[in-house]
Amino acid sequence: MYGRKVKLRFFFILLIFITLSLSIFLIIKSLEENVIFFQSPSEIKGLPELKKNKIRVGGMVKNNSISVETEELNFIITDFKNEIIVTYSGVVPNLFAEGKGVVAEGYLKDKNFFLATKILAKHDENYMPPEVKAAIEGK
Amino acid sequence: MASLIGSYSLFFGLGCSFLILFFSFKNLRDSTNFDNKLLYFTFLQLLFVIVSFLGLIISFVNSDFSNSTVFNHSHTTKPLFYKISGTWGNHEGSLLLWLLVLTLFIFLFLISSKKQPKKYRVLTLLFQQIIIIGFLIFLIQTSNPFAYIYPVPIEGLGLNPILQDPALAIHPPILYLGYVGSSIIFSSVLAASSTNYVSKEWAKHIKQWILISWIFLTLGILLGSIWAYYELGWGGFWFWDPVENVSLMPWLALTTLFHCVLVLEKKLLLTSWVVILSIATFTLSMSGTFLVRSGILNSVHTFANDPERGLYILIFLFTLIFLSLFVFFFLHKTDEKNTNSFFWLSKETSILINNWFMMYFLAVVLIGTIYPIFLDVLSSQKISVGPPFYHKLIIPFLIPFLLAMAIGPKLKWIKSDLQNKFYLFSLLAISLLLSFLIIRILEISFLVNTILFTSAFYLFFITLRDFFIKGFKNLAQNTAHFGFSLLILSILFNNFLSTEVITNLKIGETYKSNELSINFEKIEKKKRQNFETIIGKFNVKSDNELVEILNPELRVYNQPNIVTSEADIKTNLWSDKFMTMNLVQNQEYFNIRYQIKPFMIWIWFSVIIISFGGFFSFFKKKYEN
Repeated sequence: MYGRKVKLRFFFILLIFITLSLSIFLIIKSLEENVIFFQSPSEIKGLPELKKNKIRVGGMVKNNSISVETEELNFIITDFKNEIIVTYSGVVPNLFAEGKGVVAEGYLKDKNFFLATKILAKHDENYMPPEVKAAIEGK
Repeated sequence: MASLIGSYSLFFGLGCSFLILFFSFKNLRDSTNFDNKLLYFTFLQLLFVIVSFLGLIISFVNSDFSNSTVFNHSHTTKPLFYKISGTWGNHEGSLLLWLLVLTLFIFLFLISSKKQPKKYRVLTLLFQQIIIIGFLIFLIQTSNPFAYIYPVPIEGLGLNPILQDPALAIHPPILYLGYVGSSIIFSSVLAASSTNYVSKEWAKHIKQWILISWIFLTLGILLGSIWAYYELGWGGFWFWDPVENVSLMPWLALTTLFHCVLVLEKKLLLTSWVVILSIATFTLSMSGTFLVRSGILNSVHTFANDPERGLYILIFLFTLIFLSLFVFFFLHKTDEKNTNSFFWLSKETSILINNWFMMYFLAVVLIGTIYPIFLDVLSSQKISVGPPFYHKLIIPFLIPFLLAMAIGPKLKWIKSDLQNKFYLFSLLAISLLLSFLIIRILEISFLVNTILFTSAFYLFFITLRDFFIKGFKNLAQNTAHFGFSLLILSILFNNFLSTEVITNLKIGETYKSNELSINFEKIEKKKRQNFETIIGKFNVKSDNELVEILNPELRVYNQPNIVTSEADIKTNLWSDKFMTMNLVQNQEYFNIRYQIKPFMIWIWFSVIIISFGGFFSFFKKKYEN
C-alpha cells in the first residue's frame, strides 16, 4: 500500500483542511450573531416586527430636543421624515449638538423609543457619517 | 519659495528613479560587481525627497498659505510644534513621509548589505524603485503637497484640534517606519526568491530588517493607543475600530514572519511560508493605507474622500500583488532536498502551531474589518462589527497560544523530550492555584477566565524563572514573551476591576453613591494661544475619606471652531483615575465620566517591554560575537 510518508502527508493535509473549515465556520457563525445593523428612523417605522438585537440609529439631532437630567439625557433623532426619541445615560461626545449628525447604538423599546447604550464620537465638525448622509438623503 | 523647491525636488526624485531602473538593468546584464552609480543615485534620490519634505515643513512653519496643503491644515496662531507636526497630519504630507521612509530604507539597505550577492542587491533596489515610482506618481498626480492657490488666502483653515497632541504628533512617523519598513522586506524577498537566495544567510540578514519594522510598528501602535485613551475620552485603549485593526494586521503578520525566519535561519525550513508572509505583511500595510486613505473607513485618519486616490492605490496594490504572485509561482524554487521532517515535540512545531494561531487571529481581524465594506457594496446594508465578535473569537484561542508560548521555547530544535522538566508542571500547578484564588476573590465565576488567567500566569512565571536562572541567555525572546504575558494579565485585571461613574452635574452639585462622592466645585476659564479652556474642579472622595482633586478640561479651539475635552488622569503604579467632562449644548448640566482603571500603566509598560525584546534581538548578533 502507500508508504508512511504519503499517509503522513495525507493526514497533515486533512488536518489543515479540517482546521480551516472549522475556523471559517466559527468566524461566520459569530459574525451573524454580532453584527450591528444601521437603520434610519424611517426604516424603523417600516419594520414589520421589533427585533431584540442591538442596532444603530442615525440622523440629525432635532433642534430644541435635548433635555438633561441627573441620570439621563433625552433627545430626538430625525431624518426629516420620521423621528425617534432616544434615552441615554452616559457620556456624549464633544460634537454632539442640536442640528448635527449623530449615531446612537442601543436597543429599540418600540418604534418610537430607543434606549441608547452609546453615542458615537465624531472627529470633525464638517464630517458627516456616510450612514447619516444616506439616511437623510433617503438613499 | 520653499514650496517651489519642494515641488521640483519631487520631479528630480522621479528622474532619479528612472535612472536607477536603467542602470540596474544595465548592471544586471553587463557586470558581476555592484555598480556604485546605483548607490549614488539612491543617495541623490533620498536627498531630493528630504529637500522636498523640508520644503513642506518650512512652508508650514512660515504659514505660507499659497500652498494649498498649508492653507487647509494650518493656522497662524497654531503653536510651532503643531505647525511642524501638521506637516504629516494630512493626506498629502503623510504620503510624502511614506515616500521619505521608502527612500531612506532602500538607501540604508544598500549601504548595510555590502556582503550580500550583487544580483540580489540590485534586484531588491529594482523592486523597491517600482514601489517608489508608484508612490511618486501617485503623489504628483493626485495629491501634490505643493499645489498652489491664487489669490493667496490670509488665514489657514487650521488643524483638527484632536490631532494637536504630542503623542499624535510623533505617532505617524514612528508607525510609518514600521509600515513602510515592511517594503524592504517585500522587495528583498522578491529579489531573494527570483535569484534563489532564500537561505540561512538571507534569513540572518533580513531578520534585522524585520526587527526594525516590528519594533517601530509596535511602538507606533502603542502611541496611537495611548492617544486614544486620553484624548477620545472613552477611557479604553483598544476599540476594535477598523483603523486600529488595520495596524494590528501587519503587526500579526510581521510577528509571525519573524518567528518563521528564526526557523529558516536555524533549519532551512518553511521557505515558501516565509516568502508568503513577507508579501502578506507589505500587502496588508498597503491595504491599510488604501482603506484609511480612500475614505472607505471613517476615522480621524481619513483626510479627504477622493475616489480617484482610492482607485489609484487600489490599482497599484493589485499590480504589486500580481507582481509578487508571479515571482512566487514562476521564479521561486523550493529546496526539495531538505526533507528532515518535523517531529511533533520540537521547537519548530510549537512555532508552527503558534503561526497557525496568529494566522487565525489575523483572519478574524481581517474578516471583521472588511466584511462590513463588502456587505455595503453588495447589498447596501450598513452594518458594523462590534468588540464582542473579536472577543468571542480571539479570547478562547489565547489559551493554547499562551501555553505554546510558554512551553515552546523550552523544547529543542528537531526533536525533544520532556525529561528533567519537572518545573514545567509545578509552575503550571502554581498558576492554576493562583488563578483559582483570584477568580474566587474577584467573584467572577467563569471557566474560560480561570484557564485564561492560568495560562497567562504560567507564561509569566516561566519567563520570570528564566530571567533568574538563565540570565542573558535567550534574553530577547524571554523579554518579549514576558512582556506579552504581562500585557495579557494587565488587560485581564484592568477589565475585571475597572469601575465607572457616569452622571450629569451642575456646578456646585455633588454625586453620591455607596463607594464615593464627586463634588463639582467650580469652573475656571483661561485663554491659551489658539484655544480657550474651561477647567473644572472636582473633589472626589472615596470611602477612605481621601479627597482627590481632578481637573478635566474643555477646550474651545478658534480655528476650526471645535470643542475637545481633555481628560484629567491621575496615574499611579496600581491604577489610573480618569475623568472627563462635557458640556451638553444649551444646558446647565455637565456630563461627567469618572473611571478607576487598575493596572492601566502596566498595559503601556508591558508593550514597551515587548518592544525591548525586539531591541535585544536586534543587538544580539553584536554582543554574541
